[in-house]
Amino acid sequence: MSTKVTVIRPKKLFHLSDLKELWQYKELLYFFTWRDLKVRYKQTMIGIAWAIFQPLITMVVFTVFFGSLAKVPSDGIPYPIFVFTGLLFWQFFSTALSETSNCLIANQAIITKVYFPRLILPLSSVLTKLVDFFIAAIILAVMMIFYGFAPQPSSIIVIPLVLIISFMASVGFGLILASINVKYRDVRYALPFFIQMLLFITPVIYPASIAGKYSYLLALNPMTGAIQSARAALLGTAPINWELIGISFVACLVLLFVGIYIFKKVERYFADIV
Amino acid sequence: MEPIIEVKNLGKKYNINHQQGRYISLRDVLMNALKSPFSFLKAKAKQVTGFQSREDYWALKDLNFSVNKGEVIGIIGRNGAGKSTLLKIISQITPPTTGEIKIHGTVGSLLEVGTGFHPELTGRENIMLNGAILGMTKREIVKKFDQIVEFAGIEKFLDTPVKYYSSGMYVRLAFSVAAHMEPDILIVDEVLAVGDTEFQKKCLGKMDEISKKEGRTILFVSHNMGVIQNLCKKSILLEKGEFKMFDDTDKVIHHYLNKGEHANAITDFSVDNSKDAQISRVTILDKDEKPSARIPVSERFFIKTDISVFKPLTKTMVSLAFFDQGEILLLASPSDKTMDVGNLEVGDYSVTAEIPPFTFNTGLFLYNVNIHRPMIMTFDHKLNLGIEIIDDKNNPRSLIYGGNSIGRMALLFDFRIQKNEK
Repeated sequence: MSTKVTVIRPKKLFHLSDLKELWQYKELLYFFTWRDLKVRYKQTMIGIAWAIFQPLITMVVFTVFFGSLAKVPSDGIPYPIFVFTGLLFWQFFSTALSETSNCLIANQAIITKVYFPRLILPLSSVLTKLVDFFIAAIILAVMMIFYGFAPQPSSIIVIPLVLIISFMASVGFGLILASINVKYRDVRYALPFFIQMLLFITPVIYPASIAGKYSYLLALNPMTGAIQSARAALLGTAPINWELIGISFVACLVLLFVGIYIFKKVERYFADIV
Repeated sequence: MEPIIEVKNLGKKYNINHQQGRYISLRDVLMNALKSPFSFLKAKAKQVTGFQSREDYWALKDLNFSVNKGEVIGIIGRNGAGKSTLLKIISQITPPTTGEIKIHGTVGSLLEVGTGFHPELTGRENIMLNGAILGMTKREIVKKFDQIVEFAGIEKFLDTPVKYYSSGMYVRLAFSVAAHMEPDILIVDEVLAVGDTEFQKKCLGKMDEISKKEGRTILFVSHNMGVIQNLCKKSILLEKGEFKMFDDTDKVIHHYLNKGEHANAITDFSVDNSKDAQISRVTILDKDEKPSARIPVSERFFIKTDISVFKPLTKTMVSLAFFDQGEILLLASPSDKTMDVGNLEVGDYSVTAEIPPFTFNTGLFLYNVNIHRPMIMTFDHKLNLGIEIIDDKNNPRSLIYGGNSIGRMALLFDFRIQKNEK
């Protein structure tokens, strides 16, 4: 009879077998994601329409106030589709970030009672948001047809890359925040404020070109690269800046590894302090 | 036989700082740093260089044992002995600080009855989710689905969100899912303390079935010695994080109850004639007048107090007072018929009180012994001695409540029923 042998030792920081284990628990990942989606769409009255409604209304409000009244430039394309492209990726990033940073505390009842690789929790938070992303992306597709935009051929590479960058940014940053959140319980109250501030230093409602010669400062924010590139690929606002994508990619990869490292470190004593 | 669990030099250290400052707020930390930057830096520097005197507390120390396949092991110890910590390490919820455990097979635990249930989801959905959290694969859950539903008896409400369930239905469903997982090693931690009595009975029955019919390994933590004795052949005794004993359950329980801080058959006290009279020894005797700290509920027992009187005393008596563990006075005996207020010459005496059967219900009781002149003065007293009353087959209540004490007294009442004709 072959049985699984588990050896429990004082925890090492990171091990390749962690990845293997994560794969073994993929079903649980699926169930957590399924739970979050199901519960959310059950609780809200209008259900799944919420995923469409929210970005749509935001887009309308932004278009009226920033586009029509404040006359924010939009790289020469209609403001609604300009801002919506930005919002689509921004909302994926920001909601995934806030969910990820709360995932440990939200699931503490499970964490203190059952074992599973804890990384599943932030992953499932992000996957849930990815589903929302794809639902909202339908609106973008409709708008592109309406305004007569055809995506550049390079979109096939750029859009997945941009998604991966947003994913790594939200998970990496979220893991760090989740770890801090466990120890300092007041951080999560400050978080919505910081996410809102982040919106204004990311070229969502305005083009990066607005900053003129200081626009490189904006590029420090990885989401700048992501949103710029998405616009370039989908709407043809500018030639695709591969260098920018590369820098964002590497920066987010580093962020992700730092996040995992810190998370793993906290994971060791997490069940002891919640 | 191949051991299924091997524990080697296992230790778990908690940092007291961690424990007390559970939820630190970042605001406080920043405020401290701003208010007194120098002492903050000093503290930080100490922390970094390792000079800070940290209070460490070993919840478990140097544990070594192994468990064979199919054994049902009880884990006994007082609060804080490390029982739950041990189970948490074995189920990988928290890592050990030193040592290692080798486990051949999968581990499942019944400490998480209902863990991960979501009130908005239906019974059906919660079975799937809970099963997955407990480590079952989707295929296993689907295969067992009908059994789970049938055991819980919730067929009609399968598609109702569990927030509309009665608490009984909720617990039944939760337990049913947990009971149908098939780990090689099952960990049970005080589940019997929650839920109604029917659920507790069902739980015990299922455990019995799992261990006897299916030959699975079970680790079982409980304060209920009766249950441990029923289910477990062998037991581990932990004391303040240290491994004390691993032997047949009867021996371990005997050791635990007789040598521990609380329930002692014989307690000796030093006598130094600084007082007029002193208590030198208190002994609990069972029905055959043999020392024992564990008395079956259906049997009488005796408490014998040895006293030394150093000065002639008038109008003096020995009395007993019983408390439950919440320190509620249950019974005091200052006017016992067998021990009148009397005059005592210098010398040694034994005072024995007989406590009739069915006085106290099962569980641990504390008692005080007093030698005093009622209302006037106390010569000597010994506080918080312990006695354990255990369940036995002659206890009519245990038939109904499955060995759980409801109420602290066990006096039996006679009931008569008669039909009133008009």
